Amino acid sequence: MAKKDLDLMDSGAKIKLGTSDKIIRGFGYVFVTLYCICCIIPFIIIVSSSFTSETVIRAEGAQLIPKDFTLEAYNMVAKGGGIWKSYVLTILLTVVGTFLGLAIISMTGYALQRKDFPFRNAISFYIYFTSLFSAGLAPYYLLMTQTYHLQDSYLAVLLPLMMSPWLIILMKNFVKAIPHEITESGKIDGAGDMKIFTSLILPMIKPALATIGLFLALGYWNEWYQSSLFLSAKVDVKPLQYTLYEIVNKIDALRNSVAGQYVTLTDIPQQSVKMANAVLATGPIILLYPFVQRYFISGITVGAVKG
Amino acid sequence: MKKQKSGLTFFQKVVKYRTLLLMCLPAIIFFFAFNYMPLPGIWVAFVRYNYRDGIFGSQFIGLDNFKFLMTSGKLLELTRNTILYNLVFILLGNFLAVFVAILLNEIRSKWFRKVSQTIMFLPYFISQVLVGFLVFNLLNYDTGFVNGVLTSLGLEKWQPYATAGVWPVILVIVYLWQQTGYNSVVYFASIMGIDGEIIEAAKVDGANGFQKILYIILPSLRGTIVILLLFALGGIVKGNFGLFYNVVGSNPMLYPTTDIIETYVYRSTLVDFNFSRASAVGLYQSVIGFVIVMTVNFIVKKIEPDYSLF
Repeated sequence: MAKKDLDLMDSGAKIKLGTSDKIIRGFGYVFVTLYCICCIIPFIIIVSSSFTSETVIRAEGAQLIPKDFTLEAYNMVAKGGGIWKSYVLTILLTVVGTFLGLAIISMTGYALQRKDFPFRNAISFYIYFTSLFSAGLAPYYLLMTQTYHLQDSYLAVLLPLMMSPWLIILMKNFVKAIPHEITESGKIDGAGDMKIFTSLILPMIKPALATIGLFLALGYWNEWYQSSLFLSAKVDVKPLQYTLYEIVNKIDALRNSVAGQYVTLTDIPQQSVKMANAVLATGPIILLYPFVQRYFISGITVGAVKG
Repeated sequence: MKKQKSGLTFFQKVVKYRTLLLMCLPAIIFFFAFNYMPLPGIWVAFVRYNYRDGIFGSQFIGLDNFKFLMTSGKLLELTRNTILYNLVFILLGNFLAVFVAILLNEIRSKWFRKVSQTIMFLPYFISQVLVGFLVFNLLNYDTGFVNGVLTSLGLEKWQPYATAGVWPVILVIVYLWQQTGYNSVVYFASIMGIDGEIIEAAKVDGANGFQKILYIILPSLRGTIVILLLFALGGIVKGNFGLFYNVVGSNPMLYPTTDIIETYVYRSTLVDFNFSRASAVGLYQSVIGFVIVMTVNFIVKKIEPDYSLF
């Protein structure tokens, strides 16, 4: 429908185009172009600087256009080697977490939109209430570390990111669009609820699975918060973004520590190496995202107002 | 059918709908374990916590933790910072999002629109850690891009990381930079949903471009704007921890203008291990947040019942 409207507006625009239309349109192009440049410049600086030698960065600051071209920083990252282990860990967490999360969220979303399910309001409220009132960080931290003993465990990262009330409501709204007759026809054929869900409903909600799966995967890929709470120095390999956090903030930590005054320059990660790490930690998601963007957009528009 | 259903006892319902209940069970356990189990721990806000005695064995001190936060003025400072930042984020964020959505709609080249939307969306997809690093790269004293440009122009270097006063501006810009692409999607979608014939009719009647925006597009967005603003206001005491923690870092020099409830609670928990004080602030925030959301939902229910949360 949106597409049809768009075409209508297109044809209208061709018929007559007043001065004010031209002004607005011209302003639109200029403003949007400038805005896009602002969006992308910080990224270009990082990428350019990661290919710039340390001496140039020290002397002249981060570069928009590299003055010289060198792979020095990337060689150093490759020699260090730590980031590849973080890659493997992050990919594992993302795949396992997204898969489990999707399975649970889709089952729950389906059950909660079934109009004949008498507990649907009670369970919906039980889930939704968690976003209205929370115990706060300190009780959560004490529970995770002292009762569940999840300090330094990857489970402390994997589990809490697996679902959220918002994602369940989003799934519910997606599944609602499927006519109830599908479920009815399954029942007439004698299929149980689980069978109806797996063989009739699941194939029909592929776009919803893609959208919610991407939100989950993005959450895991960009995760640093749970890691900062629960993964101490005892854990060698940490998720990618938290590894990046430690690398880029190391210099501050050294400066603040008493021992800092005895630290030699070689212990401090070089600027160009930080940039290379940032490029490597973010690269995959940026390369992937133009292809998956439309699923996010559908998720935002479906889930924007409700929830 | 309806009669038959209401005749079932609770137990019969459980048996009859056991499969659907089982399908919900993992989620029920999940929220119980991570969201309901911490609730009794709120008690820590009313004790003087020590590791040996645990939450429920430590000495009960009533409201002393809250009193300290009140009299020291810390609670007031945190609340003020959190609310003021959020107000500016919400108002400017939505204004810019509507502005961008309207301009995007005026752009006829599909290619241009697609590419620019993709670029605007980019900052939303990266981790907060990288956002913090991008800002550091632009602004830091030794190797920052801005200072590089200033130096090459023969100007004096700028030291934002030692100047508390500039951070509200920096944080608002970073917030807008990261969120506008995302926020404008909803508004753009509602503009797309406007009936093309209304716009056609207005054009036939001789409406110019400004009139079209002023009298057709903006009024048709009003509902969406009001609802999104109200819900955003419902979260006004919830700070954007990732943004503040990564962009500002732990720099005591900047606390007066950048310390929000979340950053204070995080520091109290993980740096000072003062769980009682952290929990007192957290509980204060949860209670106020709850009251505000309920109020907002009440208002939404009055003006647009379809959109109310419950």
